[in-house]
Amino acid sequence: MKILLNGEAFATDAETLDELCARLGFAQAKIATAVNGSFVAAAQRLATPLADADEIEIVAPRQGG
Amino acid sequence: MLTLYGKSFNSRLLLGTAQYPSPSSLKQAVEAAGAEIVTVALRRESSRARTGQGFWTLIEELGCKVLPNTAGCRTAKEAIATAKMARELFGTDWVKLEVIANDDTLQPDLFGLVEAAAALAGEGFEVLPYTTEDLSAAERLVAAGCTVLMPWAAPIGSARGLINKDALKTLRAYFPDIPLIIDAGIGAPSHAAEVMEMGYDGVLLNTAVAKATDPVKMAAAFAKAIAAGRLAFEAGLIEPRDMASPSTPVAGTPFFKIDQAS
Repeated sequence: MKILLNGEAFATDAETLDELCARLGFAQAKIATAVNGSFVAAAQRLATPLADADEIEIVAPRQGG
Repeated sequence: MLTLYGKSFNSRLLLGTAQYPSPSSLKQAVEAAGAEIVTVALRRESSRARTGQGFWTLIEELGCKVLPNTAGCRTAKEAIATAKMARELFGTDWVKLEVIANDDTLQPDLFGLVEAAAALAGEGFEVLPYTTEDLSAAERLVAAGCTVLMPWAAPIGSARGLINKDALKTLRAYFPDIPLIIDAGIGAPSHAAEVMEMGYDGVLLNTAVAKATDPVKMAAAFAKAIAAGRLAFEAGLIEPRDMASPSTPVAGTPFFKIDQAS
């Protein structure tokens, strides 16, 4: 399926958000996620299936003012 | 002491973590400022660069209270989702809530800000809203559950100082018991001292320190100015007057004759 990962087209066959994060090497990383504009808690990623055209955000801490 | 949402701090200088020439200059600037609260952000993480992971290690080393922002959010919905991601990531209910209306001025969208503040307060967030000096917006933010307000002095990064001093005075007078922190637009330590003399509770800085020729020295300069301004406020400033008033006693002036007095 094709999704939008952090604003860019991305092809994946990961079935859940948790699986996508793991495949990207984020299993132990300090990240947070949103799907289609809504926050998805870490504990909910396993129960969050991915669908074609989903918009996924994976964010991490960064410098800010 | 500066008390925000039940937590007390000795320092009244809140420092941003962006735009420093290096991670070590950021660390040294935080130390020189004596800052106990630092702002941070969230950004998209690349699986290759993994930039955020190293930054998080640096933040942990600082040992400061972390205040995540929602910088760049354009709608209440975006700000709410970002705040929730920040809460999970940084493990704090605090959020510096920004909903931006305009690219050139980076002024807050006050309507979206109030909407997001109410929604987040309802979900247990402790909201520190980046707002303007507008009194009616401030009243609505307080009604929405904010117990701290962060009005701008001038647009973010503009270094212009207090461009609407009268309105900032009004805000202080209307909310004597709400901690008011100036967030954005400060360029010089004298700006920060001035607003502290007016009775503001703190100053949040980033660009003025990070983009200085020597950020560490500038952080120290701001720390002194903010402490001095606060001390002056507590000491009680005299009122300005139109005419001169001699500081040296008039009585006993040598050569004085009563008919010379005018």
